[in-house]
Amino acid sequence: MKAVISVTGCDAVGIIAKVSNVCAEYGVNIVDISQTVLQQYFSMIMLVEIDSITIPFAAFVDKMSELGKESHLDIHTMHEDIFNAMHRI
Amino acid sequence: MPSRNDIFETISMIREECLDIRTITMGISLFDCQCDDEKRLCSKIYDKIMFHAKDLVKTGQDIEKEYGIPIINKRVSVTPVSLMCGGISRDGALDIARTLDRAASELGINFIGGYSALVQKGFTNGARTLISAIPEALAATSRLCSSVNVASTKAGINMDAVALMGKIIRQTADLTADNSAIGCAKLVVFANVPEDNPFMAGAFHGIGEPETVINVGVSGPGVVASAIRRAGKNVNLTEIAETIKRTAFKITRVGQLVAKLASERLNTPFGIVDLSLAPTPAIGDSVAYILEEIGLEKCGCPGTTAALAMLNDAVKKGGVMASSHVGGLSGAFIPVSEDAGMIDAARCGALSLEKLEAMTAVCSVGLDMIAIPGDTPQEVISGIIADEIAIGVVNTKTTAVRLIPAGKEGDMISFGGLLGEAPVIPVSRYSPAVMINRGGRIPAPLQSLKN
Repeated sequence: MKAVISVTGCDAVGIIAKVSNVCAEYGVNIVDISQTVLQQYFSMIMLVEIDSITIPFAAFVDKMSELGKESHLDIHTMHEDIFNAMHRI
Repeated sequence: MPSRNDIFETISMIREECLDIRTITMGISLFDCQCDDEKRLCSKIYDKIMFHAKDLVKTGQDIEKEYGIPIINKRVSVTPVSLMCGGISRDGALDIARTLDRAASELGINFIGGYSALVQKGFTNGARTLISAIPEALAATSRLCSSVNVASTKAGINMDAVALMGKIIRQTADLTADNSAIGCAKLVVFANVPEDNPFMAGAFHGIGEPETVINVGVSGPGVVASAIRRAGKNVNLTEIAETIKRTAFKITRVGQLVAKLASERLNTPFGIVDLSLAPTPAIGDSVAYILEEIGLEKCGCPGTTAALAMLNDAVKKGGVMASSHVGGLSGAFIPVSEDAGMIDAARCGALSLEKLEAMTAVCSVGLDMIAIPGDTPQEVISGIIADEIAIGVVNTKTTAVRLIPAGKEGDMISFGGLLGEAPVIPVSRYSPAVMINRGGRIPAPLQSLKN
């Protein structure tokens, strides 16, 4: 099973490192990263595999939201299926 | 990986445009609770609901968290209670009301539907008992919802029931007068009622339904309004209809996904997705604003019925391919008190009761959440019901009436939460009393020679 982590906000040093650290801590494997910076605006989408996750997925969603609050970033973690359902026939 | 644009579009629909799943409603059959001992009947009903729906709220919350899509309401609908009332007293019917309310409270759901009767052709003893108990039941409970089907295209209109429901709405308003006549916000009178509707206050678990079922109602007027805004002022109505269809498809796919997940996790068959645009009083979550985005200066002005007809049709066309089973009320809702744009339009006089009636001929569902003067006579309420029901019967569609007699013309009546607030709008001061008091049945309409 895969999930999508989207991160947007003001660019700063170490955003990917912080997000990756939380992923590593809970056994979430990063499959793909797409990241851009446009006029100081940071935007990243990370596709992750959650088959070996060590805590319930809902708790991981909370951990990521907390990280977002601490780092003044907008972080959403959602199951990949919602995007596939909405945009693929 | 889903494309960057698709991901950000979904997130923006949810975060900025109020896309949500309006309700996951579990239907539960009460047929096997039948019992002529009133106390035992209530305890069987309570136990059955608690057994099947015990994980409903938790499951909804889990899906909400994992998929990032808000699920606003989790609800339960049951077999029309009139079918359980054949051998019991009015007090027994009131005990069932309190039992259902207690179950709803303990499950943590906001509404439970099914305190209902179907009397399109006539009354059974059970239906009479239940209907007579409705005003007191709605005054004594906070989560119970009630509905009565008084007509169908095949049976015609039961005018005795129409007359009776005018009186029942009056009594309900009087019994809850100190609380904005809130009882009336939980009471709907229907024609051609669907038996798998997940939306309150009209939800019940129909007699052809399985033992238990999961029905899901989607929402998303804000998403449709934003898509039309992005399309710009220079595109023609063909393109607007296409835009609405594409957006409705995406919204409904989320509904289908949530319905499938809820059905699997609760080990309950999936029933239908209701393709409805259901507004809330939140700014940006309004069906009236969609109509204004299409190009009306104010909802209710000339052109409103045509715009709504197109919206309603495009929502269904877009949604129907996105779900394996579609049902319920499916269409655009126009409840006045629950829609910021409708409230504005009614307050400034752009939207009258007569215009609302015309709008209901082309959309789901009917005259919904409309505050009328608190001293409106019961015959006038029955007259309004009869007119609205006739539109449904002749056009082979569902129509419904949810009127709240409270305050006086121009007052704002507040119901709280998703029920919103509504200005009291004027009602004709001429009376249909003689016609209403004739009673009888209006015969079923001819289904050919359509003019």
